[in-house]
Amino acid sequence: MAEELLRVEHLKKSYQSKEVLHDINFAIHKGEVVALLGSSGSGKSTLIRTLNGLEDYQGGTITFAGETVHPSKATWLALRQRIGMVFQSYDLFPNLSVLDNILLGPLKVQHRSRAEAEEDARKLLASVNLADYADRYPRQLSGGQKQRIAIVRALALHPEMMLFDEVTASLDPEMVRGVLDIMTDLAKRDMTMIVVTHEMNFAREVADRVLFLSDGEILEDRQTAEFFAHPATKRAQEFLASMEF
Amino acid sequence: MNWTVITQSLPQFVAGFGITLKLSVIGILGALLVGAIISLVQYFRIPGLRQLATVYIEISRNTPLLVQLFFIFYGLPGLGVKLSATVSGVFGLIFLGGSYMAEAFTGGYNAISKSQIESGRALGLTDLQLARYVVLPQGLTASVPALAANVIFLIKETSIFTVIAIPELTNTALDLIGLYYNSNEYLFELVVAYAIILIPLSLALTWLERRVRYASFGN
Ligand SMILES: Nc1ncnc2c1ncn2[C@@H]1O[C@H](COP(=O)(O)OP(=O)(O)OP(=O)(O)O)[C@@H](O)[C@H]1O
Ligand SMILES: [Mg+2]
Repeated sequence: MAEELLRVEHLKKSYQSKEVLHDINFAIHKGEVVALLGSSGSGKSTLIRTLNGLEDYQGGTITFAGETVHPSKATWLALRQRIGMVFQSYDLFPNLSVLDNILLGPLKVQHRSRAEAEEDARKLLASVNLADYADRYPRQLSGGQKQRIAIVRALALHPEMMLFDEVTASLDPEMVRGVLDIMTDLAKRDMTMIVVTHEMNFAREVADRVLFLSDGEILEDRQTAEFFAHPATKRAQEFLASMEF
Repeated sequence: MNWTVITQSLPQFVAGFGITLKLSVIGILGALLVGAIISLVQYFRIPGLRQLATVYIEISRNTPLLVQLFFIFYGLPGLGVKLSATVSGVFGLIFLGGSYMAEAFTGGYNAISKSQIESGRALGLTDLQLARYVVLPQGLTASVPALAANVIFLIKETSIFTVIAIPELTNTALDLIGLYYNSNEYLFELVVAYAIILIPLSLALTWLERRVRYASFGN
């Protein structure tokens, strides 16, 4: 098995006095694709956001690439170049062109040369079939195009791991496929990924493993095929029964 | 309406017009500068300065310009600071306008959604970079309507300068009425003079609001 990239141990997270993640434990190896599933409010977003330093946590440790993460601003600033994240709301910056959106990280965070970063950005744009959109502004794009560019913007930093939080949830049905295809492609090229999604068929096809979260606890950590064929807990059975796929 | 009265008083009104315009421009530029600085102090939560800014904003917004002017012109000399009426007027306008402009800028920054800021953070941008490339450019655009409203507001407020005898438009009209009692003509000229400044400006600002919105966000 490949090298371990991420390890989460005894992670606890509270909002004010309410604990929403209880004793979360799991590990992810390089190149693995993990689907993080669970019903609404189970804590999927909270967990994935914690892994990018967007939420603080009250207990436990996160280890990335063999190093324990000391939860400070500086640590997360550096780690975010290695852990990319894409959100449901895409949030391209409306004041910047598509190209400038993509170049912001490489130029300002990684201080790469413009020529090299731009060539890279154009290649990435071409890989999502948006080569001709470099000079457009976000408001001139469809939701699906925006989300594909948001993925490219995260990839432009060449992260070692990608986090996706329901990236197709606000897209029109006909736009969903294009975005899922990009993620499938990334998975095939051995990107390590944690994917929160309600697209069960996609999860079943692409994920190596499923983490099933319920009320802030990981109830199942299973191989994908096993999870879908034989969910072990009642909660997971109910969850799968409630999803149409 | 007696047209001779109007033509005879025209030179005084032109002079008053010039003074109103000049003091407005200086006061508004000063207010924009003070407002921008205060809004950044608040945005970056600079310790110490931030509390000072809050106190200033409260005082500035919750006292009438008339009282502020009296304090600067009649009160400060008691503390050893003696300013001419004109300088007092400009300082007063900046003191008043600074807080209004600060709140307009801040309102613009606050209009940027949390998710915009988080997606910037997720790219590894520092707070400073986030401000520079994401929040401020969008925030400034969002604050233009409120800034424009303040510009109009401050120009109208210059009429209060009359209480410390700055010979701007309102003062000119009131003086002439006091001397010659032709109030209809002088008030007519006064209204026309303000309209000449404010109506085109108001149209220009509306145009600017639209332009800025498109300029920074593509077509
Ligand atoms: N900012 C917050 N303040 C307080 N409570 C919060 C906050 N964000 C989330 N929660 C609570 O934490 C729990 C987990 O929420 P989270 O958003 O992680 O769920 P989720 O699994 O992503 O749900 P969904 O599928 O609806 O996106 C919920 O009970 C939610 O109400
Ligand atoms: Mg969520």
